[in-house]
Amino acid sequence: MDVLYFAWVRERIGLPREQVQTQAATVADLVAELSAREERYALAFSDLSALRVAVDQELSDFSAPLDGVREVAFFPPMTGG
Amino acid sequence: MRVSVQEAPFDLGQETSDFASGHKDLGAIVTFTGVVRDLPDDPLEAMEIEHYPGMTEAALREMAQTAMERFSLGDALVIHRHGRLLPGEQIMMVATAARHRKDAFEAAEFLMDYLKSRAPFWKREISGKGASWVVSKDEDEAALKRW
Repeated sequence: MDVLYFAWVRERIGLPREQVQTQAATVADLVAELSAREERYALAFSDLSALRVAVDQELSDFSAPLDGVREVAFFPPMTGG
Repeated sequence: MRVSVQEAPFDLGQETSDFASGHKDLGAIVTFTGVVRDLPDDPLEAMEIEHYPGMTEAALREMAQTAMERFSLGDALVIHRHGRLLPGEQIMMVATAARHRKDAFEAAEFLMDYLKSRAPFWKREISGKGASWVVSKDEDEAALKRW
């Protein structure tokens, strides 16, 4: 699936998007898998309360299942307007 | 109903005039405009606005559609810019048209409250001291509860 990062999450991880092969069942499982990869991921995901997630471009939460999902995005709380 | 996510500036007067002229049967037009403001103690060089292409447009359309139904609007317009903006530049506008002013005002506030914390935009301020992401405020989240 495609994993996208925005704002300071993108800066910490150093990528705007990447393709990830995963068997993770939920967003939380995916976060655990990515965090175990490298320090920059662990740092970006160190405080989940400071993060929001969208699954296939719908705002979602960390317990959301990933079965059949094509795109997951991580970002800080939005600041539009 | 129209939503636009764009890098280019917009002409507030022209947009308002075009929006209002299409609605001779509606007595109330409300507009709100957000402007890049300078930082009092640390002059702002620019504001950079990042967004999530695809999701942003869909989220704005859904918000505008909800406002249309909830406040019996005749029409709604949302324009939000992204990219690099200078102090004094317009960031975004909403316009609402209804038969009565209460619906038009409330719909504009509803749209602004949702835009603040549910539309995928992120602002970064660049000044002489460096760059920092604008942090979301608890009161922005609390503002959603009244709807």
